[in-house]
Amino acid sequence: MAQPTVAIIGSGQAGLQVAASLRELRYEGRVVLIGDEPHAPYQRPPLSKGYLLGEVGPGQVTLRPAAFFSTQEIELITGKRAVAVDRVRRMVGLEDDSVVEYDHLVLATGARNRPLPVPGADLQNVFFLRTLDEAVLLRAKMAVAKNAVVIGAGFIGLEFAASARKQGLNVTVLDVADRPLARAVSKAMSAACSREHEKMGVRLLFETQVMRLLGEKGAVTGVETVDGRILDADLVVIGIGVIPNIELAATCDLTIEDGIVVDEFLQTCDPHISAIGDVAAYKSDRAHGRRVRLESVQNAVDQGRCVAGRIVGRPAAYQALPWFWSNQGHLHFQMTGLSSSDCEEALRGDPNSASFSVYLFREGRLVCVESLNRPADHMLARRLLNSCVAVEPAQAADANFDLKSLLAGGP
Amino acid sequence: MIKICFIEHDGTEHVVEGEVGNSLMQTARDNLVRGIIGDCGGNCSCATCHGYVDPAWFDKLPPRSEEESVMLDGAMHLEQNSRLTCQIKVTEELDGLVIRLPISQI
Repeated sequence: MAQPTVAIIGSGQAGLQVAASLRELRYEGRVVLIGDEPHAPYQRPPLSKGYLLGEVGPGQVTLRPAAFFSTQEIELITGKRAVAVDRVRRMVGLEDDSVVEYDHLVLATGARNRPLPVPGADLQNVFFLRTLDEAVLLRAKMAVAKNAVVIGAGFIGLEFAASARKQGLNVTVLDVADRPLARAVSKAMSAACSREHEKMGVRLLFETQVMRLLGEKGAVTGVETVDGRILDADLVVIGIGVIPNIELAATCDLTIEDGIVVDEFLQTCDPHISAIGDVAAYKSDRAHGRRVRLESVQNAVDQGRCVAGRIVGRPAAYQALPWFWSNQGHLHFQMTGLSSSDCEEALRGDPNSASFSVYLFREGRLVCVESLNRPADHMLARRLLNSCVAVEPAQAADANFDLKSLLAGGP
Repeated sequence: MIKICFIEHDGTEHVVEGEVGNSLMQTARDNLVRGIIGDCGGNCSCATCHGYVDPAWFDKLPPRSEEESVMLDGAMHLEQNSRLTCQIKVTEELDGLVIRLPISQI
């Protein structure tokens, strides 16, 4: 090989970040960024919000201008799937039979939509929302649709619901769980989420399972639930989570456990291969040493930076504080840290309003803060969690107690 | 051509070309200016694109929104002339603008 090469499979937020950070850290070898989508790297978060509302054009979601790749000498390969990794010869095979040799390989293969295993899921006007191509189709249909049914009250489903209400569609969201965002947030935050979505005019149906999608002439006309209800729909969005894209790693015998297993340096069981972003499963001190796989922009970019640092000889264990945001109409939701179902809750602000925060404690330690329209709480929470100062639940719940003072007075 | 000057905390200067309509954060990131992160993509959600506007320019910029103010309130190393650069769009009038960057964004 003429010069050292880093190959990156997956040109989403994580993959792009490795490439950009390598150049920022003055890595002088080849950087090859391989993506299977036809587009240059773009941001996914606006696709369910600004893009659907026409506030952001398709050209404005790109992560970097075209010139960036040429000036930074990042070889961007679009529209080609990597189909094989030869770990002995250190080569990636692409679907067009071309080959990229590597010294270090970064797997940033992300995740794909979890399919809905019911009859009718393949009808026209049934959409997922993960890629730009999916968003383009969905946006076009939204302009003419009347009744949208969203299957899954997760972040994507609720962001879409809020956008669709703004566009004047009738929107029903259903979920098998008994509350929205059931796997992600506290009950107090779920309750506020339900109430505020109802204020937007979204109809919410919980503990409701889909039996099948109904159609006429190949296009969806309704959703039939297991309890026998039929909901009219000329547009259906499915948002029931994702499946990590581990297949390539599995075919070359890397260790898989939900995602691609990595150590604290984000290295797989092969020292020449790292995995980052939605697909990587790492043990987090913030989750009691449990292995976690986080689907967020923060996780993608911070892991990208961590691996780029190791490649240029500055290894560091990955310990970044997780944080996340979701905008749903008038709801600006932010979360930092990692919670679990056994957490003790302290509320700051009025949970019956659209502006409060939930502080979650595990064994007396602050581990997570969820904020609704309270960005200052969120920002402060990140500092509190990063500095590891002790916070008492009573202090968090007392709106007159200045949490910032804990930082200033800390040791 | 609109020139924007970003000065890193260690004094390193980057004079880069701004494109009308892009934010200052994008302008910095597209030109690999270290010290601007902008992880949330310009959503006013992360406060990692914090910069200090040169005092001569501060009053020429549109004022902070309430959202920007509260995000900044939680940011580190806050000064009177602090702004989130994702909230400032490049215009012809900003030719020559100078932005200094904090010692760290987080």
